Amino acid sequence: MASTPTRPAAGKTQKGFVYLPLIAGWLVPGAGHFLLGKWARGALLAASILAMFILGLAMHGKLYTSASDILSLLSMLGDLGSGLLYFVGRAMGLGAQPTQTTVADYGKVFIVVAGLLNVIAAVDAHNLRTGRKNS
Amino acid sequence: MIHPSHFAAVLLFALCASTVFGITMRDTPPKMVRYGAYCFALFVGSAIVLSWVMFLIAR
Repeated sequence: MASTPTRPAAGKTQKGFVYLPLIAGWLVPGAGHFLLGKWARGALLAASILAMFILGLAMHGKLYTSASDILSLLSMLGDLGSGLLYFVGRAMGLGAQPTQTTVADYGKVFIVVAGLLNVIAAVDAHNLRTGRKNS
Repeated sequence: MIHPSHFAAVLLFALCASTVFGITMRDTPPKMVRYGAYCFALFVGSAIVLSWVMFLIAR
């Protein structure tokens, strides 16, 4: 008697470089899900993460560029989670102004959290790729 | 530069974070929607409750 596979998505996606969705998802928000054919999820993730990052910059949030103390180091690691968005933002000189208003402080948090959410999304793409998450 | 109020910033933050949490923490679309809505309600609800607590402490 034929048995039904418990992880159809996993069986379908076991070819190629296993870390590609993870790396692509980190570099470009939602790209990991796009690679796996999860278009709607990828679009929603990309929209959410991009919106948070852009709103953060629009509030004059800071992009951390140095790790002078432990809090700056942790914030920079969070910012780096945004992948290419962080590097493009830095290359364009965005988020370079010092935090002087309450709204700019919100913006700083938006940018850090956008990076952290992007890491979660990239790991989710990796889990879908490896079959750890079913669908 | 945009100047959202604190509550508007909470709503924007909760919306984006809940969307990502819903998609990444659950397997099926109905469960994703439910979990996303649950996270959104918790974000906004806890912000309102904590705001009132701080308001009452400050008096």
